[in-house]
This record gives sequence, structure tokens and C-alpha cells, in this order.
Amino acid sequence: MIKEFQKVLRQNIREYAMYIALFVIMATFNITTHGVFISSRNIANLINQTGYIAVLAVGMTLVIVIRHIDLSVGFLAGFLGAIGAIAMASWGVSGPLSVVLVLVLGVLAGLATAFLVAQMGIPSFVATLAGWLIYRGALLLVTLKTGTIIIDNAFFNALGNGHVPDLLAGLHVLEGVHKLTLLLGLLGICYFIRSEFKNRKTKQSYNFEVLSGQIFTIKLVFVSALLACVTWVLAGYNGISWTLVIVGVVVVIYDFITTQTVLGRHIYAVGGNPDAAELSGINVKKIIYVVFGSMGLMAGLSGILFASRLQSATTTGGTLFEMDAIASAFIGGASAAGGVGKITGSIIGALVYMSLTSGMNLMGIDISSQYIVRGAVLAAAVIFDVSTRRGRK
Amino acid sequence: MGSAMSILAMKDITKTFPGVKALSDVTFQVEEGEIHCLVGENGAGKSTLMKVLSGVHPFGSYTGDILFNDTVQEFKSIADSEKVGIAIIHQELALIPDMTVYENILLGHEITTGIRIDWNETITKAMEMLKKVGLDLNPATLVKHLGVGKQQLVEIAKALSRDVKLLILDEPTAALNEDDCDNLLAILDGLRKHGVTCVLISHKLKEVIRIADKVTVLRDGQTVITLDAHKGEVSEGSLIKHMVGREIEDIYPKRSHERSEEILLEVSHWNAQETGSGRSVLKDMNFQVKKGEIVGFAGLMGSGRTELARSIFGNPDHYKLEGELRLKGQQQHFGHPRDAIKAGIAYATEDRKGNGLVLIQDVKQNITLANLKGIAHHNVVDGNAEVKVANEYKTALAIKTPSVEQVVGHLSGGNQQKVSVAKWLFVNPDVLILDEPTRGIDVGAKYEIYTIMNKLVEKGMSIIMISSELPEVLGMSDRVYVVSSGRIAGELPIADATQEKIMQMATSC
Repeated sequence: MIKEFQKVLRQNIREYAMYIALFVIMATFNITTHGVFISSRNIANLINQTGYIAVLAVGMTLVIVIRHIDLSVGFLAGFLGAIGAIAMASWGVSGPLSVVLVLVLGVLAGLATAFLVAQMGIPSFVATLAGWLIYRGALLLVTLKTGTIIIDNAFFNALGNGHVPDLLAGLHVLEGVHKLTLLLGLLGICYFIRSEFKNRKTKQSYNFEVLSGQIFTIKLVFVSALLACVTWVLAGYNGISWTLVIVGVVVVIYDFITTQTVLGRHIYAVGGNPDAAELSGINVKKIIYVVFGSMGLMAGLSGILFASRLQSATTTGGTLFEMDAIASAFIGGASAAGGVGKITGSIIGALVYMSLTSGMNLMGIDISSQYIVRGAVLAAAVIFDVSTRRGRK
Repeated sequence: MGSAMSILAMKDITKTFPGVKALSDVTFQVEEGEIHCLVGENGAGKSTLMKVLSGVHPFGSYTGDILFNDTVQEFKSIADSEKVGIAIIHQELALIPDMTVYENILLGHEITTGIRIDWNETITKAMEMLKKVGLDLNPATLVKHLGVGKQQLVEIAKALSRDVKLLILDEPTAALNEDDCDNLLAILDGLRKHGVTCVLISHKLKEVIRIADKVTVLRDGQTVITLDAHKGEVSEGSLIKHMVGREIEDIYPKRSHERSEEILLEVSHWNAQETGSGRSVLKDMNFQVKKGEIVGFAGLMGSGRTELARSIFGNPDHYKLEGELRLKGQQQHFGHPRDAIKAGIAYATEDRKGNGLVLIQDVKQNITLANLKGIAHHNVVDGNAEVKVANEYKTALAIKTPSVEQVVGHLSGGNQQKVSVAKWLFVNPDVLILDEPTRGIDVGAKYEIYTIMNKLVEKGMSIIMISSELPEVLGMSDRVYVVSSGRIAGELPIADATQEKIMQMATSC
């Protein structure tokens, strides 16, 4: 059994290492901040702060997988957030409609980038650097007269600050705890256990190798316990935030697309070897459009989450978001050589990255040292990634 | 000539790659001031021998001695061989396209005063070298604006600027048109008069006969003979005889099935031009493929066989095409490989690693890549069905891999080739184009690939086999087309085909 455990560990060291790193970082901060870091309130804050970077990192992962980069999405997010704010403040557009408007504009911006890259053959670095300048200028232009635009829309502002209301608050048990969150957490654990069993059964019906009963049990108990802890911590404050719901939905959809669908396979094949993909009948140009279109969509979403969080659009919104997203994707195991990178990895990468910021802020560490630490962590993550990959050959 | 000094003597050179003996006790001697041609089939060891000589394969990785100017040399890198005056000009030119001619000629050997480059001296020197190779052009021209023929001459000028004693040219005329060829040969002749010694690797026997003082023939990594032109030993007949003079070993499994006369694929008046340069790649090609037969496409490397296959397979190079393609009687226009695959054509490329497989992905992902629909419901991939399919092909083609989850880049060449074949079998095509199906794989794996091919045609699939190995073409094909310089130089029923006939056609245009 220990042998099997070692084997599982060895085969998945790259993936597990990130979880371990996240755990170590959180534990360290918890000690240095005397328990403040893993307080319900801080974790809730951390998740809401990570949200607008996390969705960008999700989109960026696919861009990096197909061997491209997108530098424009930071200011694009800021610009689109401002458009949403203006739509509500000046044009009298409703909250939900302005969300849709921003997302559609985001997709169009992404497709414009794809046109330059796929059709005109301009390197994505240059094309999106141009976009970086253009969207930065556009953001300044639309906020020129008013400066910061205050958003006065309850629906919109709830996306970055609000929480799922506790529908079970009437029950007089566990006072002061968000009971709906507990229920959802419980359902989540049940769903996880059920799908694991189902998966195992299908595999056995094909006579494929599965984990031994003991290791399987350990896995179930461990992950369930982890989910239970997170649920308990979240339930201690205001429960599940809308940002967490949105990021969760995005991650589930993107993870499904990348790991389970034909489209996902085509994206990874294009990243792994574009010539072989083309000769296998895959339309490489179409994939570039899809990936940059999705990147634009995520930039729009990021813009919404950020503007909503601040309840306003500022003249500098989105500054350097693209770099945070790129760093998250690389910390999460994406490879600049293409073809490699997971959605879940990038989410963990974003959490690691934002935990560093949050933890060091709590400790009162100077911003100058923070940048240096973040840079060192990025370098260390990539060095680890490259060396484990080489070691496997 | 007999009294001349040996400038180069390579003695008993043996070089092994994992699993393959590329050179075995090769002896090669060049006299000062002569043009010495090196000929042999593809894979005979010519390029390997030159790589040993120039230090690409460093001292210690081969056995035997290299004597240059009567001293034993131990080249550890190209820089070492350059230092004593050996320059090698490869088929793929090593010029920087966005630099000027004069910058290229003195690249790496810049003329400086202090730390500044003396551009006036550089240009003067470059012009002097250009004169030597008979090139009359502005040395400030960018290299990318020159044709291949002139680029070749710039390369030679670059070598001459380094006071070269032995100039090696690896198939310099392969990419040249006739005028440029003539010009190049005239210049080599001129250099010979100035005392430059030259080794010329070439497939074009006519030019060998025209210019060589001596010819050494290599076959299967061994020296066959050195012929002296001044004693009248060099003729097309003698060269071909020595190049192919090998019995076809019995490594080709027999097949026995009724061949149908039904024409599956018919291509007529097929022309292709490069879109940018307008260079004509394929010229008025006509051929047909019947149901259940293996059609061999023989020819030399660069003769246009791969270009032909790709132009049929959805034209990923975006050539300007003319002509007619009929598949099962229906006229077809494929705008993308996807269309060709849908219609029933598959193409396993000659370059497995470059554009055949996704090396960082595993065996199962590579096998299903061209037909993911085959294991998906509503575009959702069924991972379990995928493993099952991959395991079926693993067994059927005897792919040696610990599991179908193994990364393809870690497999041996033969097993990679099987994965590549499996990928196209899963598409279940009517016509399977195999481009150099056994390049770089060992004899045992070759036999397995041949057996698979036989099984496929027995089931009614048609195979187009592009191969540069003549014994393979003769051993496996039902019919042979010979391609030369973008044309079909001839068609031979297998009963009439011999290595000599094919070689003659292949070197004809």
C-alpha cells in the first residue's frame, strides 16, 4: 500500500506540488499573522480579490497553451469595466444588460486580436502590445471628463461584494453560521463521492487499472475533509460570495471543455504541434479565434468583477492585471513552449499568487519587498516545473 | 595527377548510431587540386561521412583516422575543422536572409580596427570574393533578395574568404535550375584551376560525369570503389551499377490477393506553383491508383513526391493548383486537410517528429487526434472508449509501449511510426499515403510495417508509398511511378522495374 502511495505521488508530483505549495504558504501566513490569515473574513476577501485575476488566468492559460500571449487584457478589462459603468450611469442601461453588453464587447475585442494574429500573421506579442496601448488610451478617454465613475446599481455591485443569501436562516440551529453554505458544501461532498464511485465503476467495467481500495478510501476521506474545512470557514463569515460562484462556474465549464471535449483536444494539439494538427484536419485558424475570443470574454468578466468590487470604474482600472494572470498561469504549470497547462493549475496558481499579496499585506510588509517575493516565487515555480519535466525524460 | 599530394585521407572510419551502423570501415582519399565526387543512394552514408570530417560528429564518437595535410586531426567541433581550412556548404544554406551580402560573407570573421568593424575593408574584401565566384552584384543587397543559385555562390564566396583548402558541397545543385547549375559547375571548374580542392556530393550523375576528376561510390555505409575519370572509368552505367549493386534481400513479406481494376484515385494534368514566388513545383503530373494496390513513388529527395502528396491532401502549403483530382469517380477540390480526410484520403508524413505526431502527448491522444468524433458523443470525448481504441491498435500493430498513456516522444522511431500509421487507420481511409514509411527505423520494425501494409491492401485499401529506398519500392509495390524534378518521369509495372531503370529515370530530368 505504501508502495502504491509512493507511485501515485511520483506520477503526480507536479500537480500535487502546487497544492502543497499553496498549503505551505497559507499555513506559514497563518502562523505569522497569528491566525488572522485563515479567518473566515480574510479567506472570503482573498477569494473575492482573486476572482478578477483568476478568470483572466483561465483565459490566459488557453492562450499560452496555443503558444501565444495576450498583453492587452488588463487594460481591456479596465476599459470594459468603465463602459459598463457608463452604460449604467449615463445611458440608463440596467445592471444585467450592461453585464451582457460588456461580455459581448469583450468577445468582439478578442476576435479582433485573433484576426490580427490568425489572418494577418502578426505575432501575438506585438498585436496585443498594440491593444495594451489602445485600450489604455480608450480607458483614459472615456473617464476623461468624469474621472472615477461611481456605480450605483445593487445588482452589479453584488457581483463583487455580495454573498448568496442564507435561505435557511430561519432554522434555529447553529446560530451565526451560514447554513445554506453548509448545505451546499455537504451536497458538494456527496456529489464528489458519488462521481468518484461512478467513475471507478466505469473504469472497472472496461477492465482498466484503478486505485486499490485503501488508497481510494484515503483519497475520498482526504478530499472530503478538505472540502468540509473550506465550507466551515466560509460559513463562518457571510457564506459563499457571488464572485466565488461565478469563478466556480467558469472553472467547471473551462475544465470540462479542456479535458473532456473535442474542442479541448484540438486546442492542446495545436499547442503541441501546429503542423501536425493542421495535417490531422484541425483548422488551426479557427482554434486561434476561439481561444482569443474566450480570452476577450474573460477580460470582460474580469472588468465586471473588478468594477463591481470597487463599486466604481477608475482611470487606472486593470493596470498590470495581464501580468498577474500570466504569472498565475506559469506558476500553475503552463509551458511557454505550448501544449501544456491546466485550468485547475492556473486557478491554484492565481490563489498562490494572491495569497502572497494578501498574506504580506496582513503582515505589513512593504510593497517593494512584496514584488521581489512574488518574482522569486514565480521563478522558483517555473524552475521546479522545468526540472521535474526534464527529470521525467 | 598521380604525383599530387593527398590533401585528405580518411581511414577505416566507423560510426554507429544507437541500433544502426551508419559507416563501416570507410576509406576516402582526396588529392590536392581535384574535384572529387561522392555518390550513393539516400542513406548510403555520404552526409554522415562529411559530418565526421567537419567535426559535427566530434572526435571520439567514431573510430578511424582523419589525415589532413598528412597530420592526424581530432576535430571536436566545426570550428576546429574550419581552422585547418575545411569548409562545408550544406543543402540548407546557412546565410542570414536579412543581412547584406558583405555582412554574410565576413560573418564570424569580421575585419576590425580596435573594437569597430571596418566596413570599408569588409566591403572591399567581399567584392574581391564575389569576383572569384563570378558574381556581379551590389554587395549591399540583402541575401533574401537573391535567388537560390546566387545564395549558393555567396556561400562559396564566404568559404573562400576564410582561405579554404578543402571545399565540401553537399548537393549544391539540388535546388537549382539548369542555368544556375551550369554556372555553378563552371565556377567550380574555375576554382579547380586556382588550386582549390573540392568534394562534391551529388545525385545528378550527368553533372558528376561532367566535372569529376574522381568519383567515390558509397553503399550501405561502405566504400564500394573509387573511379578515376581520367582513366575513362566514369560512366553513367558504371556509377549506377556500383550504387545499387546489391541483391534485394528477402525482407518483403509476400501477399496474395486478387487485385481489382477499379480506379479509386485519378489525378490528371496536375500542376502546382508556389504562391509567393510563382516557382513551379509540380508539372503536368498524371497518375492513377487502383483499389487494393500499393503504388510506389520512387525518386530522389527533393524530386517533388512529398509536395505532390501534400497538394493532394488538402494543400496545406497553399500552392496554386491546376488539374483534376477524381476520387471514386467524383471530382474533388480539397481546401484543407480536413476535407481530404473526410473524402477518404489519409497522409502519414515523412517527418514524424516535425509534423506527424504531437510528441508531448501520449499514444492514445495521438492515435485519436484525426478522428476524435469517432470516440465522442456530442463532442464530448469518451476517455474510456479512447483507451479501448488505442489498446486495440496497440495490439494489432504490436506497438511496443508500456501503456497507451506513454508520451510518444519517448518511444523508438519504429514505434512512433506505428503510432502514426495507427492514427490514420483509425480514420479508415480509402487511400493511405505513406511518405517514407520506414525512414530511420530498424529492419525488424520495417518488416512489421510491411506486413501491416499487406494486410491493409488485402482488405481493399489502396496505398501510395513514397520511398527513397529502391529495394523497398521494388519489394512492396504493384506498380511504380518515378518522379524527377516535379514531373512523372515514367511508370513501370513491377515486373519490368529494376533498380537501374528507376535510377536512370530518377536522374533524367
